[in-house]
Amino acid sequence: MPLPLVDAVIVGAGAAGPVIARQLTAAGWRTVLLERGKWYTPWDCRKDDLRNQRNPTLGNAFGPDDEGNPRVAVAPDGTESIVAPSESGYQNNAACVGGGTLSYGAMAWRYHPHDFRMASTYGAPQGSTLADWPIAYEDLEPYYERAEWEMGVSGDDSNNPFKGPRRKPLPMPPVSPQGREHEILDKGARRLGLHPFHIPMLRNSVPYNGRSACMRCRWCVGFACEVDAKTGAQNTVLPTALQTGLLELRTGCMTSRIVLDEGGRATGVRYFDASGKACEQPARVVVSSCGAIESARLLLNSAHRLFPNGLGNRHDWVGRNLQGHTYTGACGLFDRITYDDLGPGASIAVCDFNHGNPGLRGGGALCNEFIRLPYQFVGKRPPGVPRWGQAFKDWMRQAYRRTICVMGPTQEMPTFESRVQLDPRVRDRFGLPVARISGSRHPHTLEIGRAMAAHADAWLKESGAVGTWLMLPGQGVSAGQHQAGTCRMGNDPQTSVVDRHCRVHDVDNVFVVDGSVHVTNGGFNPVLTILANAYRVGEFIASSGLRSRG
Amino acid sequence: MNRRMFLAAAALGTAACSHRPQSPWRALTPEEAATLEAWCECLIPEDADAGAGRAGVVRFIDTQLCGKYKRHRKTYASVLAAMDTASRGAYRTPFASLPLARRTVLLDQFEKGEHRKAFDLVLDHSLQGYYGNPRHGGNAGFVSWRMLGVPPAPVRGRS
Repeated sequence: MPLPLVDAVIVGAGAAGPVIARQLTAAGWRTVLLERGKWYTPWDCRKDDLRNQRNPTLGNAFGPDDEGNPRVAVAPDGTESIVAPSESGYQNNAACVGGGTLSYGAMAWRYHPHDFRMASTYGAPQGSTLADWPIAYEDLEPYYERAEWEMGVSGDDSNNPFKGPRRKPLPMPPVSPQGREHEILDKGARRLGLHPFHIPMLRNSVPYNGRSACMRCRWCVGFACEVDAKTGAQNTVLPTALQTGLLELRTGCMTSRIVLDEGGRATGVRYFDASGKACEQPARVVVSSCGAIESARLLLNSAHRLFPNGLGNRHDWVGRNLQGHTYTGACGLFDRITYDDLGPGASIAVCDFNHGNPGLRGGGALCNEFIRLPYQFVGKRPPGVPRWGQAFKDWMRQAYRRTICVMGPTQEMPTFESRVQLDPRVRDRFGLPVARISGSRHPHTLEIGRAMAAHADAWLKESGAVGTWLMLPGQGVSAGQHQAGTCRMGNDPQTSVVDRHCRVHDVDNVFVVDGSVHVTNGGFNPVLTILANAYRVGEFIASSGLRSRG
Repeated sequence: MNRRMFLAAAALGTAACSHRPQSPWRALTPEEAATLEAWCECLIPEDADAGAGRAGVVRFIDTQLCGKYKRHRKTYASVLAAMDTASRGAYRTPFASLPLARRTVLLDQFEKGEHRKAFDLVLDHSLQGYYGNPRHGGNAGFVSWRMLGVPPAPVRGRS
């Protein structure tokens, strides 16, 4: 029997879902938020180097569980494999309240104005679906500001001349002291004529919003924050929404489909609750905020007489343009100790190479890396050093505290062939077809990535590195924690899935709000853009009149 | 999973992994463990700082072979047997009794030959056991972290 009708049901309590809930409940909407994972607290922080979201060698700390949640990964050579959530190829982010924002590194970037107009700025390379967003930086700017101030961002980008215009500075200063790597790289960058500055982070550098300041431990990216200084959806907008009394958060609930009536309008969602019971939640508005892979899967799993290939998929664009970032850079060995054990480690960035690179379409920010925990550092071995034996142990001992890595998220050229489909055979523990992920990086993405690595290398050398080695991009589809693109936002229903308000073109009361709608993914970590867009769309839904109409 | 199911699953896991009450190992036979000890010590040798042996790398692997790495048990059994056979063939001595230089020669062959994948698996697991968090059975006494000069993790409530 269906549950009582609510104004809105939101699927997914990751980054975007709680922002939508916060906007709708503020407008008086009765809202249900469904999350397949659990609700963790700072007490669930285990500083386990082998079991976390960044390094799930022995399993994911914050979901999904390895049992019953497979995906199918198709390699560029066509080889298929069934992969568990903690295995590479799964393209995992997280499955929990807060989603990736519980355990991320928390870089809080605004995209560059050009990032919304990539096709107009550069023209699409052959074989790429590079396009402009239907909205501009100016449309998002007030919402970037809202996310920065309401949720809380620290940092200082006043020395970054390449940023889009901002009306207000960031609400918190950068963490202090800035750390040894920052000091070393700052001097090198300035000698090269670059413009180094303090990375904006969704992290309290001072007490803010009733939560404490960062205690500078080394277990940051991949871990929940033990002192709750890291800012996510779970400790900001979600409590605000719950305080209204209008939101009900249901965890352990796996949504199976969006339910449509005869005329093709949504009437709610079906889901399996924490005990495995099939339920139906009627709602006037349905919002999918499951991340780029699972939102596409949910739409594809919601086929209907009018949409036989999946909801919103009349023109075969659902699941297409899957993208993330191609991380490249360089590491440098120094003749003195550069390690100071001050987390989070990542601190300094330059945006000199996001745009304006001759012959290249875009680029990416370059930042020093988060602290490398000892087992992670194993993967930074330079060419020429043996993989094992005395020589490798000697290298670990010599290099661990004398190495700085500079990396950056190269903006990718999206392709139609990099995609999420439903696998025809493999099903999850609820019997639902799972995501099948295939594709590869566009050759131009690799070209840009190599150029970024060369810039990182030059920066390290100028900063005094006595030896450097490159971290170059490999082939394969890219998604993971920065997954985006699968439900493209656009004005033309023939070449996109949702309109500029993130509403599915064919259905006036279904919205997709997460990284899926990103036309392109910027040369930056995407979370602040996901949050800002959710503030924008939440405001639109609340004022849309859909509540009284249904 | 309710409490009863959990207990049942836990009992099953124990039963599958502690069938040798007189052995300190849970998944490996004593012979396999001796071969693996000799192997891992070659990958991460003892010098001024602990090697794989003193860090408990084999204990880490043995523990994980009863958990997350259960699926790799067959690979371990067959590659450890293959190594011992190779050692007896070349030097008429069990691998575990070979001097380090000869073990290194055989490991070099395994790294490049038909056992390459299994070699990579053992290497990766050894590095996890040596450099990872001690809670999983390796890196005893935080030896690798002390070697690298990073302080051990603070334990909440105790520091």
